[in-house]
Amino acid sequence: LVFLCLRPGAGQDVGRSCILVSIAGKNVMLDCGMHMGYNDDRRFPDFSYITQNGRLTDFLDCVIISHFHLDHCGALPYFSEMVGYDGPIYMTHPTKAICPILLEDYRKITVDKKGETNFFTSQMIKDCMKKVVAVHLHQTVQVDEELEIKAYYAGHVLGAAMFQIKVGCESVVYTGDYNMTPDRHLGAAWIDKCRPDLLISESTYATTIRDSKRCRERDFLKKVHETVERGGKVLIPVFALGRAQELCILLETFWERMNLKAPIYFSTGLTEKANHYYKLFITWTNQKIRKTFVQRNMFEFKHIKAFDRAFADNPGPMVVFATPGMLHAGQSLQIFRKWAGNEKNMVIMPGYCVQGTVGHKILSGQRKLEMEGRQILEVKMQVEYMSFSAHADAKGIMQLIRQAEPRNVLLVHGEAKKMEFLKQKIEQEFHVNCYMPANGETTTIFTNPSIPVDISLGLLKRETAIGLLPDAKKPKLMHGTLIMKDNSFRLVSPEQALKELGLAEHQLRFTCRVHIQDPRKEHETVLRVYNHLKGVLKDYSVQHLPDGSITVESILIQATAHSEDQGTKVLLVSWTYQDEELGSYLTSLLKKGLPPSTS
Amino acid sequence: LQQQHEDLSAKKLRLTKPSKSAALHVDLCKATSPADALQYLLQFARKPVEVESVEGVVRILLEHYYKENDASVRLKIASLLGLLSKTAGFSPDCIMDDAINTLQNEKSHQVLAQLLDTLLVIGTKLTENPSVRMRLVEVACKHLTDSSHGVRNKCLQLIGCLGPVEKGVAKEVESQAAKDVQKIIGDHFNDQDPRVRTAAIKAMLQLHERGLKLQQAIYSQACKLLADDYEQVRSAAVQLIWVLSQLYPESIVPIPSSNEEIRLVDDAFGKICHMVSDGSWVVRVQAAKLLGSMQQVSSHFLEQTLDKKLMSDLRRKRTAHERAKELYSSGEFSSGRKWGDDAPKEEIDTGAVNLIESGACGAFVHGLEDEMYEVRIAAVEALCMLAQSSPSFAEKCLDFLVDMFNDEIEEVRLQSIHTMRKISHNITLREDQLDTVLAVLEDSSRDIREALHELLCCTNVSTKEGIHLALVELLKNLTKYPTDRESIWKCLKFLGSRHPTLVLPLVPELLSTHPFFDTPEPDMDDPAYIAVLVLIFNAAKSCPTMPALFSDHTFRHYAYLRDSLSHLVPPLRLPGRKLLSSPVSPSITPHEDPSQQFLHQSLERVYNFQHLDPQGIQELLEFTIRDLQRLGELQSELAGMADFTATYLQCQLLLIKALQEKLWNVAAPLYLKQNALASAAAKQILEETYKMEFMYSGVESRQVVIIHHMRLQAKALQLIVTARTTRGVEPLFGMCEKFLQEVDSFQRCFISELPHMQGSFVDKLLDLMPRLVTSKPSEVVKILQTTLRQSTFLHLPLPEQLHRATANIIEPTGESDNPLRFTSGLVVALDVDATLEHVQDPQGTVKVQVLYPDGQAQIIHPKPADFRNPGPGRHRLITQVYLSHTAWTEPCQIEVRLLLAYNSNRSKASAKIPKSTWNESLEALPQSENGIEGTIPFSKPVKVYIMPKPARR
Repeated sequence: LVFLCLRPGAGQDVGRSCILVSIAGKNVMLDCGMHMGYNDDRRFPDFSYITQNGRLTDFLDCVIISHFHLDHCGALPYFSEMVGYDGPIYMTHPTKAICPILLEDYRKITVDKKGETNFFTSQMIKDCMKKVVAVHLHQTVQVDEELEIKAYYAGHVLGAAMFQIKVGCESVVYTGDYNMTPDRHLGAAWIDKCRPDLLISESTYATTIRDSKRCRERDFLKKVHETVERGGKVLIPVFALGRAQELCILLETFWERMNLKAPIYFSTGLTEKANHYYKLFITWTNQKIRKTFVQRNMFEFKHIKAFDRAFADNPGPMVVFATPGMLHAGQSLQIFRKWAGNEKNMVIMPGYCVQGTVGHKILSGQRKLEMEGRQILEVKMQVEYMSFSAHADAKGIMQLIRQAEPRNVLLVHGEAKKMEFLKQKIEQEFHVNCYMPANGETTTIFTNPSIPVDISLGLLKRETAIGLLPDAKKPKLMHGTLIMKDNSFRLVSPEQALKELGLAEHQLRFTCRVHIQDPRKEHETVLRVYNHLKGVLKDYSVQHLPDGSITVESILIQATAHSEDQGTKVLLVSWTYQDEELGSYLTSLLKKGLPPSTS
Repeated sequence: LQQQHEDLSAKKLRLTKPSKSAALHVDLCKATSPADALQYLLQFARKPVEVESVEGVVRILLEHYYKENDASVRLKIASLLGLLSKTAGFSPDCIMDDAINTLQNEKSHQVLAQLLDTLLVIGTKLTENPSVRMRLVEVACKHLTDSSHGVRNKCLQLIGCLGPVEKGVAKEVESQAAKDVQKIIGDHFNDQDPRVRTAAIKAMLQLHERGLKLQQAIYSQACKLLADDYEQVRSAAVQLIWVLSQLYPESIVPIPSSNEEIRLVDDAFGKICHMVSDGSWVVRVQAAKLLGSMQQVSSHFLEQTLDKKLMSDLRRKRTAHERAKELYSSGEFSSGRKWGDDAPKEEIDTGAVNLIESGACGAFVHGLEDEMYEVRIAAVEALCMLAQSSPSFAEKCLDFLVDMFNDEIEEVRLQSIHTMRKISHNITLREDQLDTVLAVLEDSSRDIREALHELLCCTNVSTKEGIHLALVELLKNLTKYPTDRESIWKCLKFLGSRHPTLVLPLVPELLSTHPFFDTPEPDMDDPAYIAVLVLIFNAAKSCPTMPALFSDHTFRHYAYLRDSLSHLVPPLRLPGRKLLSSPVSPSITPHEDPSQQFLHQSLERVYNFQHLDPQGIQELLEFTIRDLQRLGELQSELAGMADFTATYLQCQLLLIKALQEKLWNVAAPLYLKQNALASAAAKQILEETYKMEFMYSGVESRQVVIIHHMRLQAKALQLIVTARTTRGVEPLFGMCEKFLQEVDSFQRCFISELPHMQGSFVDKLLDLMPRLVTSKPSEVVKILQTTLRQSTFLHLPLPEQLHRATANIIEPTGESDNPLRFTSGLVVALDVDATLEHVQDPQGTVKVQVLYPDGQAQIIHPKPADFRNPGPGRHRLITQVYLSHTAWTEPCQIEVRLLLAYNSNRSKASAKIPKSTWNESLEALPQSENGIEGTIPFSKPVKVYIMPKPARR
């Protein structure tokens, strides 16, 4: 059997995630992301790659979206409405709720702000969402008769899930992005010992082992606290979803704990809507939030209020979350310009900044910035960097592999050089094959499928009754007839097989002649043989019949004198094929000859 | 018609009485369907069965069992058999054979399992009988091959509970089947059903608990089970490995895939550490908990648990902890992070990085970062236990513990603070660590803050900056939460006395003295200033050069504080102030303490007063009481003892005075008025005896007898007084009877103590008891009167330790002049904060009483959660009291006080009666025995000014 992993996007590169898996004749597309870096056709995966000219709906059995980040779902409306796909799309409930907001926002920026044409419309997003089937955690969804999928919790962002795709007894687990260490609002990824044939794991931090989250959190809080106590203002540029909520919770609980009074603002926009969904989906959050929501939903922020443009000029300390996260435009930049001149203030960059943005400049220590219109802005405020990443680090990836016990591992969503290191480690620690295909490359993995066979209960009971305790770990020998009919396998007892097939029973007997040198009379020889066998085979019933023959269980032994040489006796040993084992043992025993008689 | 009616009732009586078995038999025979029978059995199971009829019932049940075809009914019968054999007082050996026989022909697996369960019950009741146990184990072994997991499960349970433990005995009674229980159970470690595997491990653990030494060979088997697919198996296996590591810590096991060998306890430690990152949190909690108790593990393994190599892009990175340490050691202050401050430095050899370290690596790092707080708490506890036994580990785990102070769950934070306190003798805090610790002082939870104060009390700080930092943060805390005043002062007291040399250079700055200029005198009522002074004075105690730095007003303030806050300010040897130097030199050890001698001497004197005339006795008693009271005030450690004896003497004094009254000589009716003294005395003695019994901790039974005896005398006095003052005899009958009952119960409770009470009141009374019972009340009274006069004064032996329960209400302070205003009819919450000392079981006994000006009293029972236990013998009550009243015209004061509730049932006297009879006698004994409940006020009342306003319409 063959797994076909083909990636219109993704591969060894952080950006578009889009993976195609063929498993036992079923084709599944995992994620449908876009690349943030491009503004032309390259931003979407090349779907023509999948089917040269056929219809996608005919080729794909289903599409699975792991979480709502645009590099995992950004191309979905393009794919389903513009390229044309009408099959089912699976995602978790929170993803289904939040995904359209982000897509709409993305569309607005591209079409309304940048004025691009040939882009999907709001209606397309809506139509696309109609094709989505929402799934619950650990719910097994039967896509068709053979294909089933199951979602596991992945941490990372609200509603992020890992998916197990199973056809017959072959299975693949796709992790999407996941996080093995819990944070302030989400728990850790978890999977059971499902032993898939293949685990497709992200590997963004393949070569990193991170420090404890607590130190970073404490540093962050301490800095904010100190600044606020000094009477300074804190600006935290964030992207609207994900980390922003984590930081909000962090500050909110800290304010609550320390009884602080300074206001915290959150610049409005799509965040309000998103916060609303966070409130609804608290079952997807971490233990603390789930446990305390009866008293108070943690996302009902007590200290965090909506921001208004006018507040930026208010005197006194405050903390403001503003979008976008890299300080390249919008509200965060406006506020930054207002506050940059005062050394009491502080800006905290909670994530990575792309080169060329204001964020990147100030992080690399630039103190004088050239703004639009040749203005020079002197940055006197403190600049801090605080990374809060929600991807699993190398240890986390290894931990997940340990939990799931896959037979093969495939790394995607990372840089080639880093993945090489991890690959080597995985092969060394777990002794499983590890693959890291490049973009557009196809990987074939051979599995060793087990074939299920139906067995009748009667036969099973009968067979297990023979012998000692059944042992789960050891293979067991069974006697029966295998009937292969209409694509199904059945193991039945021989009698039933004969009956079903309308055949008569034939008996197969083996006979063997053994020559023994014994000058005595026939019946004496028989007696000697009888005594000998009786002495050797203590556990079997050895009988001497009146007609001069010996039976050992169902094996018959007769002795006749050799026609030519009276001193040689011929022993005729005859047994049915069921007693093959005993029969051949007996023959070899007799061939060794009889012990010298004592008399 | 009437005749018939009588007949019926007579019949009814006869039918129901004989036995339950008959009725059951009838019922079961009547049952037409299995469902019916099941119903009858269910009804039957609800009623208890007397011990005598158990066997009969069992026989009937068994009879039906054999007849019954329906498995569910048989199942119920089997479970009933188990239930019945549990009946107290019934010995089930008579039904064991039958129970075993039923197993033979049973086909249903469920019924079989239930029957085995019944056998388990029978077996546990007959544990003393080895042959029975042997037989049951044999039966269990036979059924181990059953195909149902339930049956195998029960068999293993049975073997675990009853398998032979003693080596020697086992050999004699040995039979083939029960040859080696461990091997039989061990064979089922590989069973195909996870439930059976779990049961097998549990059975093994059960054997261990019962004292069987498990074989070391099991260890390798158990290790394989750690990789089981099922969490309950893994969880049990972790336990088993732990047990084995405790049994064979020093034996050597090979490391697979290499030819090295390590100690078993190290190997087990590594394996359990590995389970801290298991997929199931139940296993993680289990593993983290057990780690704490593996103290024999070698130190380099232990230290690995905190190790986590960081890297970024294949380059080695230092952890935040390491960076902090480096910053500190380089002498720089934290300058705020620069971008790239944590930039990775050296390249890492890719081959050397081990991502999944087998063994202990980073186990605690994982455990402390776990998503479930249960795991985190378990990890913190384990850290605590390991750090207590290993100072070097304590030093290393400090960083991690400090990190836990910022956990999102309060319980975890609290736990880690407590842990830190417990290991504080092993550690010294670095400045950066102290900084993090002190940041938590702003926490809004009072528990956290107080735990932190306790922690600071016993921490070692390394630098004077540290002390200064701590002081600044504590003062900040004080301004933010003024209610923490007491706790902060206490904290500073210890901080000062622990670090005198570090405080010394800070003194001029703290007192803001200037070499040339006089600075203004600080406000003496400022809590912050007092806090600073507490720190300095305590440091000055062991640093004689310090007072030289004080300015004049500091000395004045010292004198004032030494008087008003004597528990916080130690006596100082100040130049030119000899008076203030401590009156008791510390060289005298307590046992040769003259005050203790004085106590005993004065008591000795009192007990010999028999020869004196009545006037002399009274005077002597009065003097002694006065002396003792003064002694109690002077010597706090003897206060309990002195008060206790003084109270006792006071009782005696009152009794003597009452008996000296002239009223006894005159005809009764004339003295209605004058007897006030005698009856008041009786009443007071009663009260005092209750105080003596319940307010002191450390009272032993010897004292309890004396106290009860005194109470009995008071009651006798009361009886005599009533007899003299009431007309008519009827009320006296009841009283006399009651009194005699009390004498009787006294005798029963203290029968063992009676020989020590020669010549006492009760001794004489018991001699006269036959006469008393038969005589009229008036005669009884006469006898009592004479015995009371003639009886001797009992010597009160003193226990080793005696402490009086005290309570001190800190909040409300009673100083406020602003009334607490609220709308009448609604409630207002009043915060009450009190410290309790030497109160046993405060949750059950301490109540809050609110007295309104109109005489209305309200008693509030605080919730058990309102009591904290900061140290041995000390409790803290922090609660809210809800007040409400109708409208007043002007504000008025209410009184709040704490009461100690008592109930003579709970007293030590009744506890002496064996438990089993106690239960029964409870019903039989008269009400008087059943508890006099009352309350003793034991705190000074605090006045609170309140003003319920009329509601506005």
